[in-house]
Amino acid sequence: MHPVDPRISAPGRRSVLNWLLGLWGGGVCGAVLYPVARYLAPPDVPEAATQSVLAGSAQSLVPNSGRVVPFGSRPAIVIRTAGGDLRAFSATCTHLDCTVQYRPDLQRIWCACHNGQYDLTGRNVAGPPPRPLEAFDVNVNDDQIALSRRS
Amino acid sequence: MRSGRIRGWLDERLPIGDVIETLRHKTVPHHRYSLWYYFGGMTLFLFGIQVGTGALLLLYYRPSAAEAYESVQFIVTRVPFGWLVRSIHAWSANLMVASAVAHLFSVLFLHAYRRPRELTWLSGVLLLLLTLAFGFTGYLLPWNEVSFFATRVGTDIAAAVPLIGRGIVRFMRGGDDVTGATLTRLFGFHVAVLPAVATGLVALHLLLVQRHGMSVPPSVERRAAGDPAAVRAMPFIPHFLLRDLFAWTLVLAVLAALSTFYPWELGTKADPFAPAPAGIRPEWYFLWAFETLKHVPPAVAGINGELVAVAVMAAGALVALLLPFLAGHTPRTRRVVVWAGGAALVFMAIMTGLALSAVAP
Repeated sequence: MHPVDPRISAPGRRSVLNWLLGLWGGGVCGAVLYPVARYLAPPDVPEAATQSVLAGSAQSLVPNSGRVVPFGSRPAIVIRTAGGDLRAFSATCTHLDCTVQYRPDLQRIWCACHNGQYDLTGRNVAGPPPRPLEAFDVNVNDDQIALSRRS
Repeated sequence: MRSGRIRGWLDERLPIGDVIETLRHKTVPHHRYSLWYYFGGMTLFLFGIQVGTGALLLLYYRPSAAEAYESVQFIVTRVPFGWLVRSIHAWSANLMVASAVAHLFSVLFLHAYRRPRELTWLSGVLLLLLTLAFGFTGYLLPWNEVSFFATRVGTDIAAAVPLIGRGIVRFMRGGDDVTGATLTRLFGFHVAVLPAVATGLVALHLLLVQRHGMSVPPSVERRAAGDPAAVRAMPFIPHFLLRDLFAWTLVLAVLAALSTFYPWELGTKADPFAPAPAGIRPEWYFLWAFETLKHVPPAVAGINGELVAVAVMAAGALVALLLPFLAGHTPRTRRVVVWAGGAALVFMAIMTGLALSAVAP
């Protein structure tokens, strides 16, 4: 019979305790970090998707001009072309989220931030924008312009 | 003597005597490039001014979309010297970025990042990035038209990152759009999170500078090998300290002149449903990135153009951060570092020049 070497049994007990301590430490860190991480991500605020809005008087929108109006929480742009047609698009530039405007001298939709340009069908034709602007349907009722999302 | 008793009481409890004794023996190398040693101290001085004026602005500023613009308007029009405090805060921020950039490039060109100062460099680059984050988060706080669109563009750039991009944008904006939620969020970062991190990093940076002393550039070291008079030692107290104070006084004079003769503009209040105004651009230290984004096509080799631009800039920042670990210790790699740093400087200067001279079509 050999005597039990104390160095053999001691690490066993210590490693169990270390393991428990690590488990406890990890648990505490997790219990702190998980709520913090969840807290940092903003909650989804459900918002009724806007399907249509009124965009002011049609008469007052003279040919070769445009107007930016709220469409839900985002801007939309209504344009009367030089030919007299009314058209509407999302006014959020597809490049980096700026709000576009109508440039009568270019007869194009123009973004001041990075000089992106769209033609009067909303197609991205110059500068950095990667996609065309979303087009909306335009109806005029009693001189009131109504914009609606295309289904 | 009563003052002697007070000093004795303090000495027993606070190691001030030790600190003063250490500083009394501290020396700073004096050579042809010594001028560049002062930019770190100037940046620290400007940081102190930011803390002071920032605390003053906090007394009247209200961080909400409905009140922010009006509260800043109140500060600059009604509060006695409010215009001066705000103007100093804004100008000092710009000078601080300039001084930190000058400090970084001087350290780069004089190779002060070499062993054993790798961590000093690392904390310094992080502090510069923090300074830029201070600039970005502080820019929106007056809630004016220019800052509103600058923040929309600045946060949307992150959307180019695959998979997590949208999540990062939502995290920065506190929602899908730039709203009052974004304002309170950036405010919290600007006045609590960033200052806490910056204070810790500044303490570490200063501790490391004290520990290792000022670096002597390799070219000066070589000269000194043949001619010991090329590097002389200057006592920190009072010689270097007085020169430091002179530099700070100079900065204060420039700051006072700029703030008084060119008070920082407030602009018009942000309107989320107004088009971005013509001639919109970010602060001068982001102009080079802004101009670069203008010239990046929508797609590069089939990949989203912004993603390519963001990836290249992120890689540049990473290389800058890890420079001491990437650069070897031979004269040849030092030349590469100088050329790369010079090229980066020239690129940023050209892009900034282009942005400044750009006129709307």
